[in-house]
Amino acid sequence: MHVSLMITCLGDAFFPDVGVATVKLLRRLGVSVDFPQAQTCCGQPHFNSGYHDDARDLARHAITAFAKSPLVVTPSGSCAAMVKLEYPELFHGDPTWHDRAVDLAKRTHELSDFLVNVLKVEDVGARFDGKATYHMACHLRGLGLVDEPLRLIQKVRGLQLVPLERYDECCGFGGSFAVRYPQISGAMVTDKAAFIEKTAVDAVIATDAGCLMNIGGCLNRKGSKVRILHLAELLAQT
Amino acid sequence: MSYAQHEHHDFLGASAQALADPTLQQALTRLTDTLLAGNRRGYAALADSSELRDHAKRIKEHSLAHLDQYLEQLEASVLKFGGKVHWAATAEDARRIVVEIAKKANCKHAVKSKSMTSEEIHLNPALEQAGIEVTETDFGEFIIQVAGERPSHLVAPAVHHTRESIARVLSKHLGEQLADDPKSLAMVGRRVLREKFRQADMGITGANFAVAETGTIVLVTNEGNGRLTTTCPRVHVAIMGIEKVIPRFIDLPVFLKLLARGATGQTLSVYTTLITGPRQPGELDGAEEFHLVLLDNGRSKVLATPFRESLQCIRCGACLNACPVYRRIGGHAYGGVYSGPIGSILTPLYDSVAANPHLPHASSLCGACQAACPVKINIPHMLIGLRELQHYHKPSRWERWAYGLWSMVLCRPWAYRWALWAARLLLRRNAQNGWLSQMPGPGAEWTKVRDFPAPAAKSFRERWKELES
Repeated sequence: MHVSLMITCLGDAFFPDVGVATVKLLRRLGVSVDFPQAQTCCGQPHFNSGYHDDARDLARHAITAFAKSPLVVTPSGSCAAMVKLEYPELFHGDPTWHDRAVDLAKRTHELSDFLVNVLKVEDVGARFDGKATYHMACHLRGLGLVDEPLRLIQKVRGLQLVPLERYDECCGFGGSFAVRYPQISGAMVTDKAAFIEKTAVDAVIATDAGCLMNIGGCLNRKGSKVRILHLAELLAQT
Repeated sequence: MSYAQHEHHDFLGASAQALADPTLQQALTRLTDTLLAGNRRGYAALADSSELRDHAKRIKEHSLAHLDQYLEQLEASVLKFGGKVHWAATAEDARRIVVEIAKKANCKHAVKSKSMTSEEIHLNPALEQAGIEVTETDFGEFIIQVAGERPSHLVAPAVHHTRESIARVLSKHLGEQLADDPKSLAMVGRRVLREKFRQADMGITGANFAVAETGTIVLVTNEGNGRLTTTCPRVHVAIMGIEKVIPRFIDLPVFLKLLARGATGQTLSVYTTLITGPRQPGELDGAEEFHLVLLDNGRSKVLATPFRESLQCIRCGACLNACPVYRRIGGHAYGGVYSGPIGSILTPLYDSVAANPHLPHASSLCGACQAACPVKINIPHMLIGLRELQHYHKPSRWERWAYGLWSMVLCRPWAYRWALWAARLLLRRNAQNGWLSQMPGPGAEWTKVRDFPAPAAKSFRERWKELES
């Protein structure tokens, strides 16, 4: 099987290790990976802020960049949701681009979705010696991927999974929300970090760069020893 | 007084105040944790709850698509049983209609069962001005009426109060020192309200549902006050938004199965009251006069927009309990009568998009609201739609420019690579262990409460070359 990697802009700039881990993991599972160089950002920031013309420009750019990819895998529920749920909506009434948007939406998979539902693997042969907890990224709810990451995590050797209180409550990232309402967003991430600290784990696992930079930023500010770990990094370790 | 009285509501100030109030924080957490757990338990216990919610949504979609037809059918059904129907285009019309009904029937004492629609039209001050005493009989509503406040939750209007503050408010009102244990406070409420029910000559309610086919008004309560309000006084006035009509009697159980489960997790609320017209010959109870006020107040305007879905709301409050923002700032911070995620849509739509700049943005778009909603309203989508609409009503030039420039860069891979390089140059200098404790520009807001990750030394696209070989 062959896939194209959608790294996402946050992943590209801030968490390249997540991309490297994704590639290594996929190759280990017998999947060959390419990286279309034209890709930049899916346009979600513009879409969420109501700049839909800009979002359409970026969607066209992404649709073109991945036009030749048989399948697209991205280590981000948020960007996968943008492509799968919002791209077709954005081109409502534009037959040419709507069809292309629907086509890309069908070919695109968030990493845990791809592993569990396309490759049909749950045990990817990963190992993690220590305790970890899991924060559910909000966009996985929208994509209906409530169990997939947990099914993968539970098969990791040596990992002791500690349940996280309010594991499915938003961490307070929300893109521009975190900048527009730092007090509300700050209260949310402070609670999230406190729940994580209470679990006394070595690492908190999540599937999205947005959550990781927000939660990680708060944990770092508090001087916490808990490290942030993307699902791809966890699964790439053997 | 109009809905727009909150026009200059200070959302930022009010939310900051709420966040700094430990008592409120505790009360909000306690209530919303309990109700959200109930909501999830309620849906889980129901076989095919997701399909039932889809079905309820379809009924609402259908009713709204044929709203004119079902409202006329409802009117005819109510008239058939001897009730009267009043059409109110605005809040002012509705207030005038209710005051006129009271005057004509010579009513002096009104009791009210909980109704958000009556809050929306600010009915109580209008009645009081006309010399009619009004008493809220839902205990939560009674507390906030005495305290001179607005409801802070759709179904738990006094959630911002503790038992101590309730005892304080009621002690002052009644001129006696009350103990602050819940049971004796409830008994005080019962004592005071029973007397009000006995005196009342007018009962005012909302309507959770109205069945077009039969002219039946459905009230859902947990305290039984709705039943007393509609049976003790000689005149009953029900005020409902026009979107509350459902076509057939057989549609009702679909909603009754979902409303209480969505709101609290109850299988059914303690009282479900069905009223079809005034007292008929041979009947033992019921009001002598029955009036139904059908309120538009901006709803028909919304019907013709992409925001029509917001009219499907059955006011269960599930989205409030699920919302991480509501859970932290409470209902009063939103400024409007309706709070939480659904309020962030209704207030701008019914009042003004331009005058409520914060509400559509004060959400992380996490989607917990939609997951909890009994009719699965796509609240995040409508919030985004309102954000788009805001750019037409109240554009911010610098923001428009910044997003425009950003998208120009992102559409050109060479410019994007250059921007990555520049960001790295700018931000990595001050990083410690990969994190920044201070950021320039809009990023400063972020670093007030948390660190920001420094861009990696090498972006993924630079590292891809190593991976290829």
